[in-house]
Amino acid sequence: MASGLRIMALAALGLLFMAPYVWMLAASLKATDELFRAPMALLPESWAAITNYGRVLREVPVGLYLWNGLVMCGGILVFQLLFAIPAGYALAKLRFAGRDWLFGAVMFGLLVPAHVPALPLYMALSAGGWLNTYAALIVPSTISVFAIFLFRQFFRSLPQDLINAARLDGMGEAAIVWRVALPNAWPAATAFAIFSVVAHWNDLFWPLIVTTGHERATPALGVLYFRTEEAGDDFGALMAACTIMTAPLVLAFLLAQRRFVEGISTTGLKG
Amino acid sequence: MREPGRRGEALAGWLLTTPAALAFLLLVLAPTLAAVALAFSDYELGQWPPAWIGLENFRELWTDRGFRTSFVNTLVYVGLVAPLSVLGGLGLALLIEGAARGRTLFRAVFFLPVVSLTVAMAAAWQYLLHPTIGPVNAALRMIGVTGPAWLSSSDTVLLSLAAIGIWEGVGFNMVLFMAGLTAIPRELREAALVDGARGGWDRFRLVTWPLLGPTTLFVVTISLIRAVRVFDTVAVLTRGGPNKASEVLLYTMYTEGFTFLRLGYSAAITLVFLAIVLVLMLLQTRVLDRRVHYG
Repeated sequence: MASGLRIMALAALGLLFMAPYVWMLAASLKATDELFRAPMALLPESWAAITNYGRVLREVPVGLYLWNGLVMCGGILVFQLLFAIPAGYALAKLRFAGRDWLFGAVMFGLLVPAHVPALPLYMALSAGGWLNTYAALIVPSTISVFAIFLFRQFFRSLPQDLINAARLDGMGEAAIVWRVALPNAWPAATAFAIFSVVAHWNDLFWPLIVTTGHERATPALGVLYFRTEEAGDDFGALMAACTIMTAPLVLAFLLAQRRFVEGISTTGLKG
Repeated sequence: MREPGRRGEALAGWLLTTPAALAFLLLVLAPTLAAVALAFSDYELGQWPPAWIGLENFRELWTDRGFRTSFVNTLVYVGLVAPLSVLGGLGLALLIEGAARGRTLFRAVFFLPVVSLTVAMAAAWQYLLHPTIGPVNAALRMIGVTGPAWLSSSDTVLLSLAAIGIWEGVGFNMVLFMAGLTAIPRELREAALVDGARGGWDRFRLVTWPLLGPTTLFVVTISLIRAVRVFDTVAVLTRGGPNKASEVLLYTMYTEGFTFLRLGYSAAITLVFLAIVLVLMLLQTRVLDRRVHYG
């Protein structure tokens, strides 16, 4: 296909793909009566941005939702890395009895989707009085067998000479993990971080189960609550809320696009 | 050289893996086994002790018309979303790869749905597909067609959800295919050109497609598994309605467990879900793997 045709086809498809964003933004700027009158119009006749966004900011604790999302994703990521990096290093570079069993457990863990242990985890958290806490949001996701697998693969290609040299300098294995292995694994760590944050920022299932009310609601829950409780037919305000909640991750993506896409293409394989 | 002795190495190995192993036991293995046990019990939240009822839950699932609908709906959804998002992703990757300009821009455009908050985008789709004020039906009216009530008619609700699922999944698959395409050596395509594969289609059929085999296999499996896990759009937009027309496995599991508090029954649905995922993975490693030509 000629290059010009390709670009035209891509541009047409691209416009189609962007339609939800374009109309979401457009609707967030229009007054309700105008939404009913002229559904196809993009630019509002009279700007209602202040009304719509004002309503959202007044009625929805946007800051709280974003903060909760940040605490949850940050907490999950820190623990995942803390658990997975040493384990990945040990599985890749150290010989010890039971290593094959542990690797078998990792492979088994890769087969089990997070929805399967969800019910018993919910029961345990409920029995312990932990529902509606940050711990309930964070703890069940602290272990990522996928991360262990990823770091093991990455550390396997780390030159043995590098590790031997560090041992010669008198470094213990734990120090080698954080001061020799990790600095060499930043690409894998970045890629995994992106993968993890996107997955948990977007997750609705688990937050919906373990939290009630607004106090610990994540951005996904915030949108859900606003839609069912407050917005009704006020699509202008609803679209304003959606725009605000979608913006952080989209902006982060646009700023770090190259890293982002590489991260997904190297680690996204588990979906 | 002061290498640690075998015992020192073993000790370090154990120390470094212990935190992860404990977390795995506590948060993955034990609850998964508990879920399996739960599926054979009549446990309801607040009622203790549960009784062991063997296959009763599964027998009930088998005769439960709601569950059957949910199962069939999930299959229909997967059957639409997985193939179309794989083909769409492949098509886009090939189009972008061969474009002279704007690769980064187009890649970003099609990838955007992957990083957008699903719940928010579902609400945006609800507005887009609204029967009276939605732009989609307004556009249809302009060409003289009366559009359906996309999300509130049982004829179109699953199709609409599938369309949203495809919109979300295509960009993800495109990125994976683009990674696969860059791994194909350029010389191979040039060699094919010299050997007389002149047309773009011949080049695709003889070189690109066989070498994309492993990537395609991954993308197909991931797309299937992602599609089986559909939950967010259903929970936000339809809650399984109207008339159970958009009831899907994970949403049924959620309502049985957390609305009706029938945890045993819900766990049985989880096992059905797990069985589907395992079969899909087995399919990848056992059946499809043999047909793939690894370059």
